[in-house]
Amino acid sequence: MQEIEKNQKKPLIVAFCCNWCSYAGADLAGSSRLSYPAEVKIIKVPCSCRVNPIFILKAFQRGADGVILCGCHPGDCHYSEGNYRTRRRMGLLFSMLNYFGIEKERTRIEWVSAAEGAKFSAVMNDFAKTINELGENRRLEDLRCKD
Amino acid sequence: MQGLEKLMLEKANALLQSGEVDRVIGWKKGESYYDVSPATFTKDNLEGFVYNCFCGANLSKYLVAESKKEGKMLVFLKPCDTYSFNQLLSEHRIEKEKFYVVGVGCNGHLDMNKVYAQGVEGILSMSEDENNLIVETVYGQKIVEKESALLIKCLTCKSKEFAVADETLVVGEMKPANPNRFEEVEKLESMTEAERYAFWKEQLSKCIRCNACRNACPACTCINCVFDNNASGISAKANADEFEEKLFHIIRAYHVAGRCTDCGECSRVCPQNIPLHLINRKVIKDINENYGDYQAGAEVNARNPLVNYTKADVEAKEVVEGGNK
Ligand code: SF4
Ligand code: SF4
Ligand code: SF4
Ligand code: FES
Repeated sequence: MQEIEKNQKKPLIVAFCCNWCSYAGADLAGSSRLSYPAEVKIIKVPCSCRVNPIFILKAFQRGADGVILCGCHPGDCHYSEGNYRTRRRMGLLFSMLNYFGIEKERTRIEWVSAAEGAKFSAVMNDFAKTINELGENRRLEDLRCKD
Repeated sequence: MQGLEKLMLEKANALLQSGEVDRVIGWKKGESYYDVSPATFTKDNLEGFVYNCFCGANLSKYLVAESKKEGKMLVFLKPCDTYSFNQLLSEHRIEKEKFYVVGVGCNGHLDMNKVYAQGVEGILSMSEDENNLIVETVYGQKIVEKESALLIKCLTCKSKEFAVADETLVVGEMKPANPNRFEEVEKLESMTEAERYAFWKEQLSKCIRCNACRNACPACTCINCVFDNNASGISAKANADEFEEKLFHIIRAYHVAGRCTDCGECSRVCPQNIPLHLINRKVIKDINENYGDYQAGAEVNARNPLVNYTKADVEAKEVVEGGNK
């Protein structure tokens, strides 16, 4: 995350993908020659529940305009139950961010299996489009006034 | 309150004399009537023991340190404090055997700033009866209705039940709790994102990062706190970057998610009057609405909703959209 520089023109999207399903889904998208936008930076995690809420916040701190978290479909987690934990944890975190006024479209969870290369590509294209339309993530930066 | 103070003092004396407890935690008189502070007392030294309408502080957090000491302690807990006590038990921060819990009846405590706001000046002395604070000033006597100067936490009190108590001392009737403590959260939820953003920006801009909200919170009991770790990038009192303050508030609130007893201490101690409890109460509301009713501290060893998932849980998106406009 350290190296991610704020790109002034294109929005920056961080996608946390679990090793067993979603990252494999991304791989399949690649080998099937399906494209996903260049502004999506994938971070591989062992399981979606490895994503500590602070990872999401840090991604935003480092300049992300949208953060998406991808894991195995509920019931299919390689570690049986990781993504159920993820679902609760992120439900509350995303809701809190939205309560602070951060646009709800900036955070997302998608379940993508290893066989869903096409879904991976479609999800990322759609998310990038949404974030492009929203533009820069100013609110989380500006939540406290600087004057 | 005088009646209650007398009963408490008698109880403290009796338990100390009988050897049932070795120490007592309560409040000590200060320079003036409203200047009371938490203090510990022993058998030969109960001087200055006081209990009045300004004893709003939650004593539970002090027990984390007291629990490590030898001997048993008598602690007086208001209904709201008993939830914090239970939560600390659940988290193994304190041991029940170390404490004798006396629940004290409560009809709310006062915010001295709200008394000042009513034009009270030149205070000579104070006293109180059931409904009023009677202030003698250099300009004559002034009566302040207690109802008009309650702490925010008492205006939105969640419950008048004692979640834990070895015995209780209640004088008169306890007024019922506020049936809709989520009203203000709902108001914020019904705003647009931009309005909510403006609201919080204004509020959080006042923060001077004194860490009082963390220090007072009975759910914040980590020995090494991330906010004290210079390497964390979120520790400084002077901001490392613009992002830091938001992170502080989000992390603080999220860290106590599912553990916050809604005791209201965070807002009570904030020198900048930031309504911090509205952040935590939002989390409580989300939990109640999406994962089933849950109140931290109502029961010892209840499973924290953050780990108590079910396979039928709603998707994160629905949590966000369910509550917020
Ligand atoms: S919040 Fe409720 S129980 Fe606690 S001090 Fe206020 S009125 Fe009493
Ligand atoms: S108590 Fe208030 S001013 Fe102090 S750090 Fe907390 S929110 Fe900021
Ligand atoms: S976050 Fe505030 S209301 Fe919740 S337990 Fe801590 S001090 Fe009490
Ligand atoms: S391994 Fe994919 S979500 Fe747990």
